[in-house]
Amino acid sequence: MNIGRRHVQTLLSGLAVSALCGGLFAAWYVYEPALDRISRPERSAFDMGTVKKGEQLATVGDCIVCHTAGNGPPFAGSRPLPTPFGTLYSTNITPDERTGIGNWSQEAFARALKQGVSRDGSHLYPALPYEHFTHVTDDDIRSLYAFLMTRQAVVADVPENKLLPGLGFRPLLAGWKMLFLHRGGFAPLAGKTEAWNRGKYLVDGLAHCGGCHTPRNIAGGEKRGSEFAGGLAEGWIAPPLDRSNPSAGRWTEASLFAYLKNADNGSHGIAGGPMGPVAEGLSKLDDADVSAIALYIASVMGREGATPDDGPAIDNAQSASTKHPEGADLFRGACAACHEPGSAMSQQGRLPLSALTSVRMADPANAASAVMMGIPAPSGGGNLMPSFSSAMSESQVADLLQYVRARFTNGSPWKDTEGAASSARPEDER
Amino acid sequence: MTSYLNVNGRQHAVEADPATPLLYVLRGELGLNGAKYGCGLGQCGACTVMVDGKAVFSCLMPVRALAGRAITTIEGLGDVTTPNPVQQAFQEVQAAQCGYCIAGMIMRAQSLLETNAAPSDEEIRVHMQPNLCRCGTHSRILRAVRSASDKLSLKGSPAGTK
Repeated sequence: MNIGRRHVQTLLSGLAVSALCGGLFAAWYVYEPALDRISRPERSAFDMGTVKKGEQLATVGDCIVCHTAGNGPPFAGSRPLPTPFGTLYSTNITPDERTGIGNWSQEAFARALKQGVSRDGSHLYPALPYEHFTHVTDDDIRSLYAFLMTRQAVVADVPENKLLPGLGFRPLLAGWKMLFLHRGGFAPLAGKTEAWNRGKYLVDGLAHCGGCHTPRNIAGGEKRGSEFAGGLAEGWIAPPLDRSNPSAGRWTEASLFAYLKNADNGSHGIAGGPMGPVAEGLSKLDDADVSAIALYIASVMGREGATPDDGPAIDNAQSASTKHPEGADLFRGACAACHEPGSAMSQQGRLPLSALTSVRMADPANAASAVMMGIPAPSGGGNLMPSFSSAMSESQVADLLQYVRARFTNGSPWKDTEGAASSARPEDER
Repeated sequence: MTSYLNVNGRQHAVEADPATPLLYVLRGELGLNGAKYGCGLGQCGACTVMVDGKAVFSCLMPVRALAGRAITTIEGLGDVTTPNPVQQAFQEVQAAQCGYCIAGMIMRAQSLLETNAAPSDEEIRVHMQPNLCRCGTHSRILRAVRSASDKLSLKGSPAGTK
């Protein structure tokens, strides 16, 4: 009895000591110091060449897309970012001293980008893709800092994040980083050209292509070993960029370049969904860097130096309308004006639906999104393709999608097109 | 094949192929010529009507998708002697130049004011964006929608139909 009690006491104190050690280690691991505020640097403190270089790099990183609210001032934040863990609001990265990053030193800025730690020492959510930015060179970060610090300062407070219970506790993010943030600079691969290495540096680093095109694990980290196997972005499927891409045969270095630079090049569908703003951003990037990105992605896809070998257009009009008569009627009334072979749009060099990745892929999500939400024009003025969410019910869209799939591909029928249509309904209509 | 359409509260039997876009049925079979053919591609909004309270492009709206749904065209809002508040506001502000886009503009404005009688200027701009006016009277059109909204929200009544 006595011995038993002593054992229990020993065990308890042992546990207490290890808990204390664990706690101390965790506290040490989690702790990041606040870095001193500085007064906002004068514009004249930055060399114009550095600012211009920073502008190009910010274009690669597409900072403006996440850090600008709909119709809001550039870089002033507040754009809602829906994630499986709740909604985050992007921060104000204009040089306003109170609400932006005006009093951040370059050291604080570099730490935020590469380690995901805010100036005040709090951990940042990985919506800021520091998994990728950790590879960016210090020199490039200096240029980005010069660019952002010379933008128009905007006073704009950002709404509170709306996360699942418990996830507002930021020290947890230190654990996330321990698992998923693989720090380290970029090492060029020997035996590859300078352009290829430049492409890889941009793609893996600032451009953070894997942020959408690599699948994520249950904790939201990018799956190692599955780089570019395809992921999700705001309800859209970000297609694989590796050899499993459903349109791999259409892609070449030249068509990738044109797609990234112009969003629409006649040899592929247009950049839709969240890729639209990305392509719009890249249109402002130097051709050499867009070429480097295209070259690297082509090599990931196994299409380096390839020519298009895609096969003829598919059109099973007869059998598809026998199988899906309602879908066929809806297509003739709603879609044919643009998408029927021989229509005005198809006379302008636009591709038949059988060439589109969204129609070829095994999941109907992107096709459903295009029908339900439309495809916005890159300039933000109106739609290239109108939304049909008020015109048709979800079951009608479902039948229409089955018809399109049967007519323009030889693939197996899509599963649960009605579910896909329902998930694609714009938020303000639910 | 006969389809049944409920247009402006009245039931109509129509004979058009069920794939036919609503616009052609309205103009060709039912003699309702308010909605206009502009581009036929859902890019200009001249053909806008309301279906179940939402603005849609009737040029891309197959009859087959309309069973059991309530269609409202500009003829259902009011007429020259008894215009509805939105039509009246467009007249007062003289928002029409050639007038070709106006029926569509009024229907899109109506669909906004039925769900939100007091929208902000920004909400009006965003909502009206799909509809184009080649004469360039957009600023008067926006003013007309504002004016209709101000009157309606003052009265506290939803945008009335005839």
